[in-house]
Amino acid sequence: MSRPGSFALVGGRLVDPASGIDGLRTVIVEDGKIRSIESTPPAELGSMRTIDCAGKLILPGLIDLHVHLREPGEEYKETILSGSRAAAAGGFTAVVAMPNTKPVIDNAHLIRFVAEKAAAAGYARVYPSGAVSKGQAGFELAEIGDMAEAGAVCVTDDGHPIMSPALMRRALEYAKAFDLPVMVHEEDLSLAAGGCMNEGPTSARLGLRGSPNVAEDAMVLRDIELCALTGGRLHIGHLSTAGAVRAVREAKRRGLPVTAEVTPHHFSLTDEAVEGYDTRAKMCPPLRAQADVEAILEGLADGTIDAIATDHAPHSSVEKDVEFEKAANGIVGLETALPLTLALVRDKTISMVRAVELLSHGPARCYDLPGGKVAVGADADLVVVDPDASWVVDPAEFLTKGRSSPFVGWSLQGRAVYTVVGGRLVYELGARKMESYES
Amino acid sequence: MTRPLRHLLGIEPLARSEIERILEVATSMKGRLRQEVKKFPTLRGKVVINCFFENSTRTRSSFEIAAKILGADAVNWSSAGSSVSKGESLIDTAKNLEAMRPDVLVVRHAAAGAAELIASRVGCSVVNAGDGAHEHPTQALLDSFTLLERWGSLEGRTVAIVGDIRRSRVARSNLHCLQKLGANVRLCGPPTMLPVGVETFGCEVETNLRAALEGADAVIMLRIQAERGDDSLFPSAREYSKFYGLSPSKLGWLKEDALILHPGPINRGVELEPEVADGPRSVILDQVENGVAVRMAVLQLIAGDPADLGQEEAAAGEGGAQGAPHRGTSAGQVQPREGGSP
Repeated sequence: MSRPGSFALVGGRLVDPASGIDGLRTVIVEDGKIRSIESTPPAELGSMRTIDCAGKLILPGLIDLHVHLREPGEEYKETILSGSRAAAAGGFTAVVAMPNTKPVIDNAHLIRFVAEKAAAAGYARVYPSGAVSKGQAGFELAEIGDMAEAGAVCVTDDGHPIMSPALMRRALEYAKAFDLPVMVHEEDLSLAAGGCMNEGPTSARLGLRGSPNVAEDAMVLRDIELCALTGGRLHIGHLSTAGAVRAVREAKRRGLPVTAEVTPHHFSLTDEAVEGYDTRAKMCPPLRAQADVEAILEGLADGTIDAIATDHAPHSSVEKDVEFEKAANGIVGLETALPLTLALVRDKTISMVRAVELLSHGPARCYDLPGGKVAVGADADLVVVDPDASWVVDPAEFLTKGRSSPFVGWSLQGRAVYTVVGGRLVYELGARKMESYES
Repeated sequence: MTRPLRHLLGIEPLARSEIERILEVATSMKGRLRQEVKKFPTLRGKVVINCFFENSTRTRSSFEIAAKILGADAVNWSSAGSSVSKGESLIDTAKNLEAMRPDVLVVRHAAAGAAELIASRVGCSVVNAGDGAHEHPTQALLDSFTLLERWGSLEGRTVAIVGDIRRSRVARSNLHCLQKLGANVRLCGPPTMLPVGVETFGCEVETNLRAALEGADAVIMLRIQAERGDDSLFPSAREYSKFYGLSPSKLGWLKEDALILHPGPINRGVELEPEVADGPRSVILDQVENGVAVRMAVLQLIAGDPADLGQEEAAAGEGGAQGAPHRGTSAGQVQPREGGSP
């Protein structure tokens, strides 16, 4: 393993929500750590490599609480290696890997498998999550304590709602012993009734079965009350409805340990994107109505929502190049999340500090993850962003193996230029090769 | 007006003039259908594959007869017992069928959007013969044709569509077709059978059958799509029939000379009482006959030589005048056999 380099990120706009800094700074990295943060570039940097960050943003490395890396079992869709490279290219230095793999990650051995694979890949920190129930079948609790000890940062049956309220209660209670949040995919399957898109005018016209907002709202309300009953930590994954935003806002007002994330696609698109039976607009929860998008934007601005997470869910053409109702749910998101979030800054929905918080410090706090801040002595997990870089989304350029994105062909603004994990430059925009931080 | 059709995927994307052109050609086709010798080989040398991924006898036979009268070689392909049951994808199946060099693929599939998906991947023409709950364009065309035969024009007419609206491709295609041709549409069914968002369809929506039928010039009764699976949408066939079925006693709610249509197959005693289905106002068997004429027109417009449409219409005009009893034509209306008259 090579030593992490020493270098200085010179004269960029440092935006660090954790410390409240938003101004021109030079960040000096040494031995994998942040050595100092200078208001004026030091006159003497010796032989240290300098990276000119004029006109760029220097941000804490982005953290994505919700990615599907598909390993073990579906390596044709994504691997821990390809997914963590995509993360680095998107400016993410840490991701939480979902456990709905084949087999399901529901024991300590598989948690360690993910951690080892991620360390060997070395492009981003990959925090494993474990299943709530054995096999994500929704009947018996998985070995949550054992998985926590092995490094799981949360438990979740993501992809599957926990339909049994009693099991959900036990999960929230039991996970308290290990201080693990329970992350939930909120969808009442009976109300969803096999819906493959949002229920509304578009589904009515296209003749597709719709899933109503209340399928999500009812579960969010149920779980908030179970959170109140148990005091267990509840993290609501990819919330998509105005009702869910309202419920989370109210839960926070009550002081409950509830956190929530939304995806870039749910704040950037409505269900009209399904027009033409476009399977790139098929995911679960589905894209919703304009009123839901507006409620989510309000929740992002007022602090109701803690994190932007991608729900990066790569599939191959085998799952996506089919009839809409038969197509798999999920799209890729790691490489487009940052510019889609920065678009909210440009249209003045949220401030730059808030945008960065939603992508770094906010998610770190949800699961008590290290990182998410730029502090002297901390691990140097950083991203340098060119906020003005315009680029057109071309799936051929993705580092993920997935190609399905509703943003293909969109012209986006803002892009990671350098991604630094543990003081190692793992990604440089335009560089032909990426360097693994442990290679 | 001579622009040939590339595909027929739905009514929604069609302009009124395109619908009218199809119906105009269908008028002459109906003439030929009533000839003693039913062979007008304008599609000789063409191959039509009927790809049925979902069961159907009426629509498939109708397309097959239409193709054969026009001299095309019609091949019926059904997913039952095909490679589909071995796991072949829809796109692969379509591309394999396309590789056999058909001119037209007629597609029936349980998934909404299936015909559109195939059309986007193959070089030949695609006719949608029903895709899930989305569209069934030839059904709507034949329904409008049937009404036009009786009325000459749909302008100002009110047509009620009653039943399982949410799961009905017939309802969606008819809504678009009738509205484009100037009719006023009322959709009626129990609220569980109306799609959320129906209020954006730009038509009247009723949950009370009497309100839907009063003053209507025609009613299209729909079958309950039980095979599409769903939990309880109504308590019993008995109660459905009581509130949403058409019985002789309810006929009085309609205009006196109102027409009764049904796309078939009928569930007698559920949505239609036998006396109504077989009664004097029923045009259900006209619909079936007109279905062949409309499908002949669609295949001719898609696969035929646009140059010889005029001659055909002339030929039909000589021999088949009794076939299509059109009365009066308003501007842009179906104009039987006029275009090609020498």
